[in-house]
Amino acid sequence: MTIHTKTLKQLSQGLQTGEYSSQELTQAYLNRIQQHSTLNSFITVTETQAIAAAKQADALLAAGNAPLLTGIPMAHKDIFCTQGIKTSCGSKMLDNFIAPYNATVVDKFNTAGMISLGKLNMDEFAMGSSNETSFYGSALNPWADSTVPGGSSGGSAAAVAARLIPAATGTDTGGSIRQPAAFCGITGLKPTYGRVSRYGMIAYASSLDQGGPMAQTAEDAALMLQAMAGFDAKDSTSAQQDVPDYSANLNDSLKGLKIGLPKEFFDEGLNSEMATTIETAINEYKKMGAEIVEVSMPHLKLAIPAYYVIAPAECSANLQRMDGVRFGHRCTDPEDLNDLYIRSRGEGFGTEVKRRILVGTYALSAGYYDAYYIKAQKIRRLISEDFAKALETVDVIMGPVTPTPAFGIGEKTADPIEMYLADIYTIAINLAGLPAMSVPAGFIDNKPVGLQIIGNYFAEAKLLNVAHQYQQVTNWHQQTPKGFE
Amino acid sequence: MQWETVIGLEIHAQLSTKTKIFSAASTAYGAEPNTQACAVDLGLPGVLPVLNQEAVRMAVKFGMAIEAEVSDYSVFARKNYFYPDLPKGYQISQMDHPIVGVGHLDIEVNGQTKRIGVTRAHLEEDAGKSLHESFHGSTGVDLNRAGTPLLEIVSEPDMRSAKEAVAYMRKIHELVQYLDISDGNMQEGSFRCDVNISLRPKGQEEFGTRAELKNINSFKFVEKAIFTEVERQKEILEAGGSIVQETRLYDPDKDETRSMRSKEEANDYRYFPDPDLLPVYISPELRAEVKADLPELPEAKKQRFVTDYQLEAEAANNLASSRPLADYFENLVKTSSCEAKICSNWVCVELSGALNKENLTISQSPIDFTRLAQLLQRIADNTISGKIAKQVFEAMWSSTDSADAIIEAQGLKQITDSGAIEAIIDKIITDNPAQVEQYLSGKDKVFGFFVGQTMKASQGKANPAEVNKILQGKLKR
Amino acid sequence: MSLTTDDVNKIAYLARLGINTEDTESYTADLSNMLNLVAQMSSVDTDNVAPMAHPLDTIQRLRPDQVTESNQRDNFQAIAPQVEEGLYLVPKVLD
Repeated sequence: MTIHTKTLKQLSQGLQTGEYSSQELTQAYLNRIQQHSTLNSFITVTETQAIAAAKQADALLAAGNAPLLTGIPMAHKDIFCTQGIKTSCGSKMLDNFIAPYNATVVDKFNTAGMISLGKLNMDEFAMGSSNETSFYGSALNPWADSTVPGGSSGGSAAAVAARLIPAATGTDTGGSIRQPAAFCGITGLKPTYGRVSRYGMIAYASSLDQGGPMAQTAEDAALMLQAMAGFDAKDSTSAQQDVPDYSANLNDSLKGLKIGLPKEFFDEGLNSEMATTIETAINEYKKMGAEIVEVSMPHLKLAIPAYYVIAPAECSANLQRMDGVRFGHRCTDPEDLNDLYIRSRGEGFGTEVKRRILVGTYALSAGYYDAYYIKAQKIRRLISEDFAKALETVDVIMGPVTPTPAFGIGEKTADPIEMYLADIYTIAINLAGLPAMSVPAGFIDNKPVGLQIIGNYFAEAKLLNVAHQYQQVTNWHQQTPKGFE
Repeated sequence: MQWETVIGLEIHAQLSTKTKIFSAASTAYGAEPNTQACAVDLGLPGVLPVLNQEAVRMAVKFGMAIEAEVSDYSVFARKNYFYPDLPKGYQISQMDHPIVGVGHLDIEVNGQTKRIGVTRAHLEEDAGKSLHESFHGSTGVDLNRAGTPLLEIVSEPDMRSAKEAVAYMRKIHELVQYLDISDGNMQEGSFRCDVNISLRPKGQEEFGTRAELKNINSFKFVEKAIFTEVERQKEILEAGGSIVQETRLYDPDKDETRSMRSKEEANDYRYFPDPDLLPVYISPELRAEVKADLPELPEAKKQRFVTDYQLEAEAANNLASSRPLADYFENLVKTSSCEAKICSNWVCVELSGALNKENLTISQSPIDFTRLAQLLQRIADNTISGKIAKQVFEAMWSSTDSADAIIEAQGLKQITDSGAIEAIIDKIITDNPAQVEQYLSGKDKVFGFFVGQTMKASQGKANPAEVNKILQGKLKR
Repeated sequence: MSLTTDDVNKIAYLARLGINTEDTESYTADLSNMLNLVAQMSSVDTDNVAPMAHPLDTIQRLRPDQVTESNQRDNFQAIAPQVEEGLYLVPKVLD
């Protein structure tokens, strides 16, 4: 049976009606993961645990009243702690780290009855836009082996795009859900900061990190977000906001929807074919009755500079706990305490992580704090105010996710700055803490292109509605890469 | 040259919360190593801090007690450095917006009152402990203490002598216990202090370069460390040298301070607001609650003891210095219906003396206020004399018997029966004709001899007033 | 803004981060480039802008002071590089 192209919604129906069992489904996906292991999308496959969980799910399903997602396979980005299972965060530093607890998100999916098939590849400590910084080597983009799947949630995007799993978790600090979703032609949602618990999600930049779903469709993303979202007392930055029914308004009409197009999203930095593709998508919305308004984000270009102070500063401190004392990599035969720290960390971290730690350490050091960190936080406010102003007049903001489709493996590794600049359309959203989605909107040279939809705080249901309506009139999201049909 | 010593103190008081400042692990002292260090305390990947409300309340309480500004808004920051007892590689502390702002405290030295400024007090987490013994050349790390809430109380450089520094430290020590926000246990490290010392030529306004003495955990050592450090600095300055601004360690065994350069190198803490925590807001409701919960403070209590109980200032001060002691005293007054002055005397002299001898605190006293009240009652109602009472007190100290039971068992009841006393006196008068003669011839002093003899003959049990009365009748001139 | 290899070595030490000597040059170049990128921030006047530390304008939630954690030492120390008698071991620390 070809179940791997089915959506969560379809799989749920199949399971609830007994068309197939969770064990069959789980085995089928495990086989696909095995069969396409060269994609390198998984760091760890938890076959035994998955089969055991599927058995339990089948019992639950047989008993009736099983929650909607019961028995459906998925997988977690390897940034989420999973009890008793290696949680590497894509780093040699944590290659031997068996988490002694679950992230709240992991617990929530267990409660929802989903079956985790393992842990997905990612850029080391979520620092990267191509998956190339992973200690385990880059996952490949199923649309073209020679291009990157994006990052940092590259393994998640590649695995969902290749239909090795129907959906996955990801995290987004500067575009790490949206950009790989765009590069791999799937649907990704970065929720409002505070919507999804960060407990047990290994921190990169605490004030920017946010977990979210990566799936084939907006409808599936709604189901995933429903399972993930909610207040968590273990996370001080978790929002005490009720979680709405994200599926309830998917079919609302978009007539009269006001879409803001920031002119800065469509300037000379954007590849012309990309511009055309995005314009085509916007036209679909016009057809559905949406109204287009030009808006302005005058400080957008400062988002990358501000981000490359704030994120490295936070990460330099966040990663200080990786010191070879209580867990993780420890160098052999340290001479003294400093040698233990310096070598364990020197050996455990890769180049990109080191770059960011160094920049962050520098930016916070005596004499530079005001010029860098405080300045960046002020710019953060300006950017946030740009969005607030725009969202006073429009319902959602739209634009590209990336300036170009997926780039080639190795194409940007020589010049980190070039890599950073490619995140121009996603980073500002994290600084503001807003929710945003990436929705498949076409192809350029057989490479997927993502449309970005940005909404107001806690307007995830609105975003999902807007994305779902688009997916009712287009079929970009249903395309499967060659060899993975 | 005449030098003036300038001292400022940074006191670390562990707050007596049940749980850590950012985790729900117990803060109990003395557990097996690392059994009270949860994932948050260990700084494992992915875990997050959540602030303990009790720690906040306690800090606010302290702020109110020193009449400080307690701002609406306070922020936690990360202080970054690597050390094995600091699991996250940063300490969560406060920098720009401490919970308690400028306040003050009055100390008394040589009968003079002096006001000491408190610059700020902020919340932070304690570190774990490094155990340097054994482990074949390795250091062992116990993180049970990691995350215990600390209130760091920073004074202005307002102290000018070791004596003032100790008086201030004692006053803070007294206060935190009074407020019930710290057990103040110095052996267990619940209360410790860093001392900043500098010298300047007398009359000069500008401060000299200071040295910081780290982690001193007794009043005696603070005093000795200051003396030693002042001498060291004086020697350097008088030889024309200059003081290096540095952290030093006081070694009580050698009575010397020495440089801790190892901790000094590259000392750049890179403070920045902790993005895992949000700003803390002190609501008017919380303020009102804490205010209502604020106990009567030592100074106010002392004044009240002087006015309400007519105690001498010294005794009032003594009793008011510790809340349990003051409570004991007041309970005693209420229960015994004895004169307050007598109660105060017994608590300050007999009871405190006995407690000090055995190194006990008032709450560990083997004689609680109800038992002592009965004893004092028996003095008041003439069952025993004050002198006999001391004997009864000693017996009570080492048993659980009541005063009455001891008086009864040891037959210590005062003889008030005038017949019995008269019989004793008659015999004494008969036995000492020469003294009778002397008295009758005008030697008043001899009267005391008769009293003494009577008391002796009655083994101290005769009621002294009765003895006086009868003697006066019998020896009428 | 351009850093020297000496600057980079100092920062690396502050971060206790081992860097191979032969890589110092390239880190120095990368860092200088990153700081040049970051320097674009000075193009905008922010004198009257309040720094924004968090995307959400909310306040810290407070936790009741109740012990809910229990001893998990064995569990936690199973992943530790070196422990003895319940203690984490590190090379001798000299005060």
